[in-house]
Amino acid sequence: MTDTNTYSAASEVASTITRRTRWERMKIALKKAPLTAWFGMIVIAFYLFVAVFAQWLAPHGEADNSFAAYLPWGEPGHVFGTDQIGRDVFSRLIYGAQNTIGIALATTLLSFMIGGTLGLAASIRGGWTDQILSRIVDILMAIPSLIFALMLLSVFGSTAGSLIIIIALLDSTRVFRITRSVAVNVVVMDYVEAARLRGEGLGWVMRREILPNIMPPLVAEFGLRFSFVFLTIASLSFLGVGLQPPTADWGSMVRESASLMQFVQYDLKSGLTPLLPAGAIALITVAVNYVVDWFLHMTSGLKD
Amino acid sequence: MSEDSKQNEGKAGDILLEMRDIRIEGWSDEKWNPIIKGVDLTLRRGEVLGLIGESGAGKSTLGLAGMGFTQPGCRITSGSIMFDGIDLVKATDSEKRALWGSRVAYVAQSAAASFNPAHRLIDQTVEATVAHGLQGEAAAKDDARELYSALTLPFPETIGERYPHQVSGGQLQRVMTAMAMSPRPDLIVFDEPTTALDVTTQVEVLLSMRKIVEEFNTAAIYITHDLAVVAQMADTIKVLRYGKEVEESETRQMLTAPKEDYTKSLWSVRALHKEAQPSDDIVLSIDGVDAAYGRGLKVLHDVNIKVPRGRTVSIVGESGSGKSTTARVITGLLPPMTGQVMFNGEALPAELSGRSKEQLQKIQMIYQMADTAMNPRQTVGEIIGRPLEFYHGLKGAAKEQRVLELLDMIELDETFYDRLPSEMSGGQKQRICIARALAAEPEVIICDEVTSALDQIVQEGILKLLMKLQEKHGITYLFITHDIATVEAISDEIVVMYMGEVVEQGPKDEIMSAPYPDYTKLLLSSVPEMDPDWLTKLAESRDDTA
Amino acid sequence: MSQTWSAGQLPTIKAWQAGARGEIVNLILQTILKRLALGVVTLFFVSLVIFSAIQFLPGDFGEAVLGQAATEETVAAFRRELGLDQPAWQRYLDWVGAVATGDFGTSFSGRASSGVDRSRPVMEMIAPRLENTLFLASITAMVAVPLALFLGITAALWRNSIYDRVVNAMTLTSISFPEFFVAYILILFSALWWGLPTLANITDGMPFWEKVHKSLLPSLTLTLVIVAHMMRMTRAAIINLLASPYIEMARLKGQSRIRVILRHALPNAWAPIATVIAFNLAYLVVGVVVVEVVFVYPGVGQLMVDAVASRDIPVVQGCALIFAATYILLNLTADIIGIVTNPRLLHPK
Repeated sequence: MTDTNTYSAASEVASTITRRTRWERMKIALKKAPLTAWFGMIVIAFYLFVAVFAQWLAPHGEADNSFAAYLPWGEPGHVFGTDQIGRDVFSRLIYGAQNTIGIALATTLLSFMIGGTLGLAASIRGGWTDQILSRIVDILMAIPSLIFALMLLSVFGSTAGSLIIIIALLDSTRVFRITRSVAVNVVVMDYVEAARLRGEGLGWVMRREILPNIMPPLVAEFGLRFSFVFLTIASLSFLGVGLQPPTADWGSMVRESASLMQFVQYDLKSGLTPLLPAGAIALITVAVNYVVDWFLHMTSGLKD
Repeated sequence: MSEDSKQNEGKAGDILLEMRDIRIEGWSDEKWNPIIKGVDLTLRRGEVLGLIGESGAGKSTLGLAGMGFTQPGCRITSGSIMFDGIDLVKATDSEKRALWGSRVAYVAQSAAASFNPAHRLIDQTVEATVAHGLQGEAAAKDDARELYSALTLPFPETIGERYPHQVSGGQLQRVMTAMAMSPRPDLIVFDEPTTALDVTTQVEVLLSMRKIVEEFNTAAIYITHDLAVVAQMADTIKVLRYGKEVEESETRQMLTAPKEDYTKSLWSVRALHKEAQPSDDIVLSIDGVDAAYGRGLKVLHDVNIKVPRGRTVSIVGESGSGKSTTARVITGLLPPMTGQVMFNGEALPAELSGRSKEQLQKIQMIYQMADTAMNPRQTVGEIIGRPLEFYHGLKGAAKEQRVLELLDMIELDETFYDRLPSEMSGGQKQRICIARALAAEPEVIICDEVTSALDQIVQEGILKLLMKLQEKHGITYLFITHDIATVEAISDEIVVMYMGEVVEQGPKDEIMSAPYPDYTKLLLSSVPEMDPDWLTKLAESRDDTA
Repeated sequence: MSQTWSAGQLPTIKAWQAGARGEIVNLILQTILKRLALGVVTLFFVSLVIFSAIQFLPGDFGEAVLGQAATEETVAAFRRELGLDQPAWQRYLDWVGAVATGDFGTSFSGRASSGVDRSRPVMEMIAPRLENTLFLASITAMVAVPLALFLGITAALWRNSIYDRVVNAMTLTSISFPEFFVAYILILFSALWWGLPTLANITDGMPFWEKVHKSLLPSLTLTLVIVAHMMRMTRAAIINLLASPYIEMARLKGQSRIRVILRHALPNAWAPIATVIAFNLAYLVVGVVVVEVVFVYPGVGQLMVDAVASRDIPVVQGCALIFAATYILLNLTADIIGIVTNPRLLHPK
């Protein structure tokens, strides 16, 4: 009765996506990237360059205080003058990039290692593991992280090491939350069940079935967490409980030069000095946020 | 716009809605893609037009266009839509708003999501009628209660006082019909209104919807993918495919003498048939299983099922019958409270973790949604290759060779080897899942609603393939489904489940013929048939027995 | 508790309403009580965490507080005063008991190696500053909350319009700025053109409007930061809501835009909006620390930063507990608003 000879499975029409290599897809995505994203990417690249090559780029040493204090802008060899104890502001800005970005990056990586692993474990194991981890995280998140960080720093003291560990631990609660919530949606997928029914071990399921499918939101979250960690560390340094002198870092540079602001009516340039490190912080967080916003827009598939 | 609905009542037979060469595009993948590619449509007063087609045919888009509505991200590029003298393509928003909810109304697929959780049902029912000034609130509410009664809703006087989450899905769908009917529109668009319902509920909803549309002589567009359902509702049927019209004709003629091959293929599954062969060689048996999720309510009560080797056993039941839970018990995902699963005469360990690799290999599973059953980041080669490597230790060229053989078995060529799931159609994806199960070289394959997410013609191809593989390799299938047509097509034995219990088990011919236990009878009689008089006859026979 | 509507036993609607009203109130009350209990449990654990801070102090901190010249007796007396000779659980109970009556202990500062103790009770230090912080937070919230809701809702309604894009780009930029950057920019403007006071050194007896005048810049800084966050969250919540099928249904009933918003979206919007407000008021609590330092505003944040720098643990603990409690309380309030506006709880099955 029915003539289905014309039917063949292989020729079935599907609303398929044309196959492109990763590189081709990236090129297409980049071509369509909005201006803000381009701006963000260029700024990030520039910062990374400065951070990596700080030693070669800076005209003077990080803690070299062999100059007169409060030299004005444009003094030969000191584009942005010198600070209260005679260190070159421009050089310290460059070293600040290295220190601040380096520490923020290390902190974010550590917090992803902790939060990501525990979040994955909670979502796969479920049951008690999930309950206990989630409740602990709820409690830790009930204390505002800046306040918590202040408290812990007052107990353990402010060293680069304790700063990284404390912020990473506090921030890993948020990484835990997002990893768990994304992974929970993947864990219930039939292909994960299929892998378990096949008899695959936990490691394989985590690495091969779940991780590749939760990468996009985690990458976006990495950007957001990085800029958040960056701001937290800068704020702590600004409050005087972050990185300690003589390490150059932007937060403490703002604090140290803040008093110059009062003289802005008399000497505009010197008055602007605290805005240099503050602006440097603002610029990179804006850049990261622009790129993350674009990335989220691209991967969410939402066209709104 | 005239606010007096009486004035709008033209003569029956007048043309109410006329679309000419309508073209609609949707925005996706950063460009405009055609959805409707030039369709004409004519609907007369009091007439019911069935729009039928597979997913992606554009039937919902066309139906909504009949109201002058385009979904966000869609646009009408050309053509005209004349509704009783008004061009809906050119009409302003406020002109269209004056029509919506007064002269045209809409019944959506998902009743639960389409009702506002914050308001009482009756307030939502009369909202449009009152807002358009067609009736006062009190009168409209009285009328709504009468509509509830006409739609055979229980407690028509009080049901309107409830909130959406307080009534069942089938009842909600009927309240939505009352809501559409309240302003006495000239046209109602029904968008797959029974697709989400169980068959036994579907019958009741269909009956009441048809009754009320006939009573008020309302014109309707009825959108569905189920030809048997639309045959009960529509005077005329239009078949759509890829945004174009395939054919349109009067319902009876369409069923008896379809012109196009494509139309014929729409009920091809119903033409499949397999002679049942009995067998006593039991490969898998479920003995006295009780099961519950967590410490909650028991979902299986003393389930006993025997599966003969090399045969197909179908478990049928509606949602909540426990058929999928049974599958979870067999695979070890849900250890039973009591009872056990015997495989080749040996009891299988209850827990998945207690089972050996061999035991896991012998029982494979194919899922309903091929989309979620395959890792979207793995290629076909990786998906099929993994069980080969895992169970049989195949590597490199040997593995690749075997994957290609398996692709050949499922009638796909080697170009599929490097594809990702997103680069295949629904039917192709389901075939890959079958190949993955075959790769393990199992004795039993559990098929959990494997065809229900697929279009009719694709379903047929999958079922044929499964039958061919059974003949060749002697695989045993445990087929879990709610679709009686599929059951008839492929099973040797049938198990009917209801509320976690086995109602009946036996050879297909025995189950499918009288005498039936009550539930089996209800279930079988509720399955729509390709007969425009089926629903009428059913209603009569049920009235007789009641 | 749950009624099943089986055939034949449905009470008439009047009786149903009368009978059910008590049950509804009970159900809501139960849910709220559960949520409150959860809040108390959280607070308990938080207090445990904050209390245990003192446990991790290095062994020689007595000398550090009292100075190098402290004799063994004064150090021992100091340790005894802190109760370090008692078991930890005993000290915790004492501490909680004292905190419950408003006694946060005494500050470490003002102690000398000689044993002379000029330290002040922590409560005495915190109380006036808490008042100042709440003052700053409330005048900020009064401007920021309505403004953010207005911007967020209008941006969601006119999605993808120029207005939406501009507001979006601006807020995305401003949430990326550290608070002190915003603050110094404002100080710069003020110093150059506006002539607003850049030091917010308010005192107790100051008249109300003078306080407001002095607090303008810190309040403006906080407003800028918080409005951006809140607007984006409000916009997302409303867009999410407007995507519901029942909103499309309302449009297909020919309802006007205003009516769709007021009647169909708004009743379901309270919970998400309350969450957004609570989250951002909580954020205000944190942001206040940096802003207080910039403008030398005499609030709890400034006090805490000073205490951290001098490792004055009792003061740090007191401040941390106050911040945490505010945070928990705000989230609790949002959840309760969500509970009492949830139609599923208001009208149980």
